[in-house]
Amino acid sequence: MVRSRLPDDAPKTSHTLDAELMTELSTQPQTSPLTPPPAQPAKHSAIRSLLRLWPYARPIRWFLVGSTTAALLASLSALVIPLVLKNIVDGPVAHRDTSGLWLQGVLLLVLGLLEAGLFGMRRWLVARPLATVERQMRAELYAKLQRLPVSFHDRWASGQLLSRATSDMYTIRLFLAFPLIFLIVNSMVFLTGIGIMFSLDWQLALITVLPAVPLIVLCSYFERRYSAAARLSQDQNGDLATVLEESVLGIRILKSFGRHRTMAARYRAQAELLRSTELRKARLLADLWAVIVGLPELALGISLAVGVVQVAHGSTTAGTLVGFLSTALSLRWPVESLGWLLAYSNEAATATDRFFEVMDARPADAEDAAAGSPRASRAGERDGIRLEGVRFRYPDAPADSPDLLSGVDLHIRSGETMALVGLTGSGKTTLTALLPRLYETNDGRITLDGTDIRELSRARLRELVSMAFEEPTLFSASVRENVLMGAPEAPDESFERALDVAQAQFARGLPEGADTQVGEQGLSLSGGQRQRLALARAVVGAPDFLVLDDPLSALDVHTEALVEQALRQVLAETTALVVAHRPSTVMLADRVALLADGRITAVGTHHELLESNPDYRELMSGERVEDGSLTR
Amino acid sequence: MSVTETEQTERAEEDPQSATRAAESEPEAGSPAAGRPAADATADGEDIPVPPGAPRALLRSLLGPHKARIALAMVMIMIQQAALQVGPLLVSYAIDRGIPALRDHDWGPLIAVTAGYLGCAALATLLQRAFIRLSGVVNQAILLEMRRRIFRHAQALSLDFHERYTSGRVISRATSDVDTVRELLNEGLQELLSVVLSLVYISLLLLVMDWRLGLASLASVLPIYLFTRGYRRRSQVIYRRSRTAVASVIVRFTETMNGIRPVQAFRREAANEKAFAVSNNDYADSNALGLLSMARFVASSRATANVWITGIVIWGAFLVAQGSLQLGVLAAFVLYLRRLFDPIDHVAMFLNSYQSASAALEKIAGLLAHEPSVPEPAEPTPLPEKTEGAIPGREVDFEDVAFSYRTGKQVLPAFDLRIPAGQSVAVVGATGAGKSTLAKLLARFYDPTQGQVTLDGVDLRDLTTPELRRGVVMVTQESFLFSGTVAENIAIGRPDASREEVEAAAKAIGAYEFIAALPEGFDTDVRKRGGRISAGQRQLVAFARALLADPAVLILDEATSSLDVPGEQAVQRAMHTVLAGRTAVIIAHRLSTVEIADRVLVMEQGHIVEDGTPAELIAGTGRFSALHQAWRDSLV
Repeated sequence: MVRSRLPDDAPKTSHTLDAELMTELSTQPQTSPLTPPPAQPAKHSAIRSLLRLWPYARPIRWFLVGSTTAALLASLSALVIPLVLKNIVDGPVAHRDTSGLWLQGVLLLVLGLLEAGLFGMRRWLVARPLATVERQMRAELYAKLQRLPVSFHDRWASGQLLSRATSDMYTIRLFLAFPLIFLIVNSMVFLTGIGIMFSLDWQLALITVLPAVPLIVLCSYFERRYSAAARLSQDQNGDLATVLEESVLGIRILKSFGRHRTMAARYRAQAELLRSTELRKARLLADLWAVIVGLPELALGISLAVGVVQVAHGSTTAGTLVGFLSTALSLRWPVESLGWLLAYSNEAATATDRFFEVMDARPADAEDAAAGSPRASRAGERDGIRLEGVRFRYPDAPADSPDLLSGVDLHIRSGETMALVGLTGSGKTTLTALLPRLYETNDGRITLDGTDIRELSRARLRELVSMAFEEPTLFSASVRENVLMGAPEAPDESFERALDVAQAQFARGLPEGADTQVGEQGLSLSGGQRQRLALARAVVGAPDFLVLDDPLSALDVHTEALVEQALRQVLAETTALVVAHRPSTVMLADRVALLADGRITAVGTHHELLESNPDYRELMSGERVEDGSLTR
Repeated sequence: MSVTETEQTERAEEDPQSATRAAESEPEAGSPAAGRPAADATADGEDIPVPPGAPRALLRSLLGPHKARIALAMVMIMIQQAALQVGPLLVSYAIDRGIPALRDHDWGPLIAVTAGYLGCAALATLLQRAFIRLSGVVNQAILLEMRRRIFRHAQALSLDFHERYTSGRVISRATSDVDTVRELLNEGLQELLSVVLSLVYISLLLLVMDWRLGLASLASVLPIYLFTRGYRRRSQVIYRRSRTAVASVIVRFTETMNGIRPVQAFRREAANEKAFAVSNNDYADSNALGLLSMARFVASSRATANVWITGIVIWGAFLVAQGSLQLGVLAAFVLYLRRLFDPIDHVAMFLNSYQSASAALEKIAGLLAHEPSVPEPAEPTPLPEKTEGAIPGREVDFEDVAFSYRTGKQVLPAFDLRIPAGQSVAVVGATGAGKSTLAKLLARFYDPTQGQVTLDGVDLRDLTTPELRRGVVMVTQESFLFSGTVAENIAIGRPDASREEVEAAAKAIGAYEFIAALPEGFDTDVRKRGGRISAGQRQLVAFARALLADPAVLILDEATSSLDVPGEQAVQRAMHTVLAGRTAVIIAHRLSTVEIADRVLVMEQGHIVEDGTPAELIAGTGRFSALHQAWRDSLV
């Protein structure tokens, strides 16, 4: 409930805002259960973090000012209403004189309508602007992320990034809509209200205001502890969700080995951990509510007694007492809300930090400047692909581990198909990722027809080099769009031909043919089908340079043979690097390069290497060469 | 091809939560098959059916054990609300009685009022605290039980259920649906109760204090009810739109981030931004609409309330002036009216929250009411004891077995197949030929629609789960790793295995070297970064698991697809040494795997079209012979 206890427009209508939050919360995407809780930033930097939002808030600053003004006026008119009530009681009612009543009545009505109108207005003013700010921040985040290098994405789980694009954006929007405005409004209302109370009756005011101090202190104390518990529970909820996800995703394994009881015990233990945290939350909440409900009531009770004595002694009027009590009630909310507002502002600061963590990262293009001066290029020559002394290690590799690629030299002649083989984990896939500059080499250089790839713009380079990845990814789009990603302008014949080459004719038999939606929002295809479409995507544009990473691994023997046949024609017209695990895939290539210990240790035709290189023979046939004699 | 692939043709109605979760799980799951659930997660077109009465029965069974505590909590909140609502009444009493009495130097009424006020305040405070604590205990007990049931049930449900309904849906039952119920229990219910109770109390008080003003006040309920209803209708439409929009934002976002390599390699950035902008704008629009409709509702309901208060005050003032109403009563009225109108907007929201919680409960009940289609036997039969010196494998017999999907589409027409103990059988054939179905029948992931599958003469349906799993183990191509260390992942095969046994299994399969080379060796957390475990290595871990389990019958369903040749050779060596004498069914894309089998089955469209030893088939003129020749050629 602490969560839903937001400051309200009207001090007395704390509920309205709750309601708004609830709609919002219910439409808010759930934060990733796997996302670790955000790190608490140092307190002093919260304001500095929030100030970074200014460029985004700036275009809507007048809306924010207008909304704040409306909220302030509405809250103040809500404060004036008790005064009018007092006048009615003390004036017309006390004097049994109904003639003055009409004027007061009209005043009351006008104030009431004003209050309602202003509340509506303060929301109405910022509704669209705030949605726009959120949209723009999200769009910028997305655009930025797309341009960050793959090594950045290696470090960040997509769930982490997603929570920045959804729940953090939401937190920031909410901050701009409420805490920002109500920190100002509520403080002013509080001060005004105290002023009114003191002017009505300073003794009563003193009695009423004094408990506000412990109230604020206690509230913020409990809020702090509560939000720590809430964070813990979020965390544990994430762990629980992980166990659940794994047990469902790995259901075949669990069923195969009959291990569901073990998993159930693990789940239960996690769930009980979560329950104990939730119970702690409930206890904190109970204390918090006791304070919130109890202290003001106590103060009111005492001021009532004192007020009655004063009225009896004639030192104050009944109307004053009614107005006073009314005002005091109105001030409960601004006081209670302070703790929450500050806590939420802190949260918003954290969200802002998380947003800028991504926005401050350097995009891939920024690194180009540091790539060094252009080297002598032999552009124009049909030189094929040349790797010279290429070294690479993953940025997050342990410091003491050797480079994954430690000086790769390889020349793929123009028009040639080179197979790349090596043991699992030898760096074949990594090597292919260097060609389109998904990763940057640490040292050495790669040239395409004599041009250093660092001299080409990424866009141009990736136009020249087409890839099929080991993990075939399809996007939520039609089959046609997915394939034509490789060459958006390609004519229809090319598309059809690409389907044929990849033996992806099944696409024509889908419910809506090649226009059938696939990917996460569409029809789910088998691994083999996805792999064939990814292959079609790679070959559709008849690229100058083709990189295929184990393109046939998920195909059954029949299909594999057909794809090989068709692929030969494509490979004949292009310079290609093909990662291969199998002799059958190797057979597609003119020559084979063996990658071992971070270097190319042998290059030659399949048959040459089979005869001359024992490592290669073992890799391809599993036949081990010992003491020069073949043993099986 | 599995049931999922052929039957998942429905277009998705998005579920943002499950989409998020499933999408997040994807980068962890390496193999193409393990990644597939993410794609299915959004396919919510066909939901788990809910039998009538199931939600109610579920609720009853969940609340049943807590009857006494729930009753106590109800009493508490009723008293608490009553105590809270007494305040203004005491104010009116203080003004009307306390002041005149005091003027007569009678302190009695004032002391009574003050004591009453403070007493009520203390009572309300303490009861509030007690209520939150008590309801917390009850709520958490209910949630724990609900989670436990969902989990156990999801585990008990057979594989065809999981393939039909996809991981995303089951996951969202236990996460977002439980969360929705939790929100109602934790937050909604208490406030809803307070609001309803205070409405009832205040209405009664108003009527009792002065029936004329009371009736006039209550009349305001009608216009406010109409506003609320209208708002709720509008907000539901907007809410639905916003849910769809956010789902599409999430899907687009995760798809891009998970596929960042192809995105960048194929220069999709600009096109993606355009597509993302559509979803993003839609989301922003629906957000703005939601805020606007809220603004309208707040303004109109508050205006109504304020107009009403004004009217009552004016009328009340007249009545006081005429002498037919006491001043204190009017004061109390004003205070009560404010309280009455306060929570109005709130009620609308609670109804929303209540509605979504009951929808969630219904979905959960649907899941729990789903009967496992592969039930445990009522009277289990044990497997015959192995005699001394016999080979560890067991005989498998498919007797007149046929299998169809629930849609009626036949996958396997009736057939007979006997696999003697200790024989290894390779099954080859094109995608969709029925190889995997055959394997799943043997692993009892499905039950046949006709005939029976027996293990040493015992129908699989008569075996207890533990006994079945000791007897038959299946290794699939999806090499999913559970969070935890590598050693723990291997030990899933046999939880009581010692570290030496785990390492021995890894050695036997040729996985020892790469595991030892990981940052923390066998204790490396597979989910931590730095532990880059390739698809092939995952499959080796899966094999080590099977080796450790040491089953009588081993099924390999395309379990070597990501292995390189040395890896596959290690598997084959292990089959000859560690697993010698076991019955094995090997489904393979790779002909190299087939060579080591004692027998080869070639399947085509559900039929076994060739059956014989590898040598026989190679020597023959059938499909296998032709394929094998082509493969053999590539090696020379």
